[in-house]
Amino acid sequence: MPEMPPRVGLFVTCLVDLYRPAVGFAAVKLLEQAGCRVEVPLTQTCCGQPAYNSGDKADTKAIARQVIAAFETFDYVVVPSGSCGGMIRLHYPELFADEPAMFQRAQHLAQRTWELVSFLVDVMKCEQVAARYDGVATYHDACSGLRELGVKEQPRKLLQSVAGLRLSELPGAEVCCGFGGTFSVKYPQISDKMVGDKAADIAATGADTLLAGDMGCLLNMAGKLSRLGKEVRVRHIAEVLADMTGEVSPIGVGEALR
Amino acid sequence: MQPTSHAFKANAEGALGNAHLQQALKLMRAGFPGRRAAAIARLPEFDDLRDEAKAIKDHVLANLDFYLEAFEKNVIAQGGQVHWCRTPQEACETVLAICRRLDAKTVTKGKTMIAEEIALNDYLEANGVTPIETDLGEYIIQIRKEYPSHIIAPAIHLVKEQVADSFRATHRELDPKRRLDEAPTLVAEARGVLRQKFLSADVGVTGANFCVAETGSTIIVTNEGNGDLTQTLTKAHIVLASLEKLVPTLEDASTILRVLARSATGQEFSAYTTVSTGPRRAEDSDGPGEFHVVFLDNGRSAMLGTEFQDMLRCIRCGACMNHCPVYASVGGHAYGWVYPGPMGAVLTPSLVGVDEAGHLPNASTFCGRCESVCPMRIPLPKMMRHWREREFEKKLSPATYRAGLGVWAFLAKNPPLYRLAANAAARVLATFGGARGRFRSLPLAAGWTQGRDMPAPQGRTFMSLWAARRKETGAS
Repeated sequence: MPEMPPRVGLFVTCLVDLYRPAVGFAAVKLLEQAGCRVEVPLTQTCCGQPAYNSGDKADTKAIARQVIAAFETFDYVVVPSGSCGGMIRLHYPELFADEPAMFQRAQHLAQRTWELVSFLVDVMKCEQVAARYDGVATYHDACSGLRELGVKEQPRKLLQSVAGLRLSELPGAEVCCGFGGTFSVKYPQISDKMVGDKAADIAATGADTLLAGDMGCLLNMAGKLSRLGKEVRVRHIAEVLADMTGEVSPIGVGEALR
Repeated sequence: MQPTSHAFKANAEGALGNAHLQQALKLMRAGFPGRRAAAIARLPEFDDLRDEAKAIKDHVLANLDFYLEAFEKNVIAQGGQVHWCRTPQEACETVLAICRRLDAKTVTKGKTMIAEEIALNDYLEANGVTPIETDLGEYIIQIRKEYPSHIIAPAIHLVKEQVADSFRATHRELDPKRRLDEAPTLVAEARGVLRQKFLSADVGVTGANFCVAETGSTIIVTNEGNGDLTQTLTKAHIVLASLEKLVPTLEDASTILRVLARSATGQEFSAYTTVSTGPRRAEDSDGPGEFHVVFLDNGRSAMLGTEFQDMLRCIRCGACMNHCPVYASVGGHAYGWVYPGPMGAVLTPSLVGVDEAGHLPNASTFCGRCESVCPMRIPLPKMMRHWREREFEKKLSPATYRAGLGVWAFLAKNPPLYRLAANAAARVLATFGGARGRFRSLPLAAGWTQGRDMPAPQGRTFMSLWAARRKETGAS
């Protein structure tokens, strides 16, 4: 008898929900292709990082409770972001360190929570994707995914299987792009300097496409590249892996300009 | 020194517009991280050594009373003295009293961050004792009347042309037409000038990388050998230390030494590692006449048992700032006090107060690179977040920011309301920015759009599109 397909709850993330639903649909497609049943709980909003990183522990805990209640019955929770994934996986249990019952629930959820691309490779054992993308892409390792969740080889492995795509490694790919959520609001000039350095590194690769796994970093880098007049197409890696780049224009490019 | 950490934003703005500084920081970015990575790649057991090093310091912090007493007992047994000082004022007075008793006119100084912390140079000068910095970087900033911008490379904010200008302005006895365009010529000139001062100095002041409890020794590491000259030729050697420096044994010190230089400069070992144990003995060929350890607390003991205790494991290697993209953008002076970068963002609020230094733990993207390179595995982002929690509790962040966060949190806790608001926001933003796909300016994000565009949303939220799709396909 074949195993039951795993039941996956998609944690959409607030930025994908607001800015780029295409990433959510790409995630659903990839998960279904990998043999998962995907559901999207309606009571999700955000993982709580804006409050957590602002020192507002009470609101963070309230939001975390909401996420835990919405997702704890799934076999897995998958997030198209290393940042929000890291929040649930590492920081939710820390938040409830003094509340044994909640800690247990947070821990239970944390152990089932994965960033999208690492879930496909490490859990679903995907070796390749059925996608085509003609271009030279470079990949930025978003900080939380890289350092909190160890997302490094998995995206490169799947990108290598995309027909027509050549990967040109980004020097300093592990250096922060300067987004940092509320940091870009509180210290916009420093943030701008950091993303300026990043844009120069990206341009130096000669790649025509920039990929990453986190919407926040992508918005930041796309915004800087377009302001500098650099002709680099910016996309979430899920769009390329799901072969959905024909359905939506790159980040920061209007429908009229496609 | 008087902190200017409260003015971090203005300091940073100035730093971003300072072309010399940006040139110097670019060199730093290209140097330290690669050298560290190469050194660590050559030592497979590096991560195990980090665990050992961390365990040593955790053990000391858990048994601090025992090791402090043992250290003092052994310093005395070797003929030295330990002076316990609670405040910078007490530490300065202690140093001055020794200088006065020995009728010292000049004091040579090896590199010591504690001296910066207690503003020793200003204090000595005000009391008629001339301090002479002997570390090249420290000497440069002393003649420029600046303070260190980095804990191991105090003059890293300068380019060599600036140093040449300062040398010409200061060393007026030398030929004004001499060439000073290469780093080795600058080093040679500083060495010539300083050598005379070593010989004439009365008292030598150094820091300590380690205070070894079992032997009562202090250890410093340098790359210039200036520490040795500072302490062996004088009437008294005064060591400035704090409780972060304490280790049980020489063996423990050597374990930590194995991670220190690799993390700091990518060297396997610093060029000079100098162990000082007591004053000169009758059979010694050289050495100081007296040996004093001035042990400064300045708020550190209050960190014990709090969420900031782990910070006391810090060995001052500078790896966190060498790898920090914020430090690499604004340099050390923007942080406004002695300790910059991620370690400063945690330590400075502890030592000068979070009211003064509240910006520092906020000026981080939490990218986590500092923690990933810290040889002592100090959870720096986590502790910065603890400071943010304290600031939030004390309502120290700007009112508009708090209000915005409050509205957002209210919505985030009410999913149906959040859906409505997100839908409205996506539609409005897409209507105004959709054709271009981005905004060149946005009223509520003026800081963001000053230097970069804000991409526009696609137009509808994922959740509304998902619901519509479920309806179409008849799924529940």
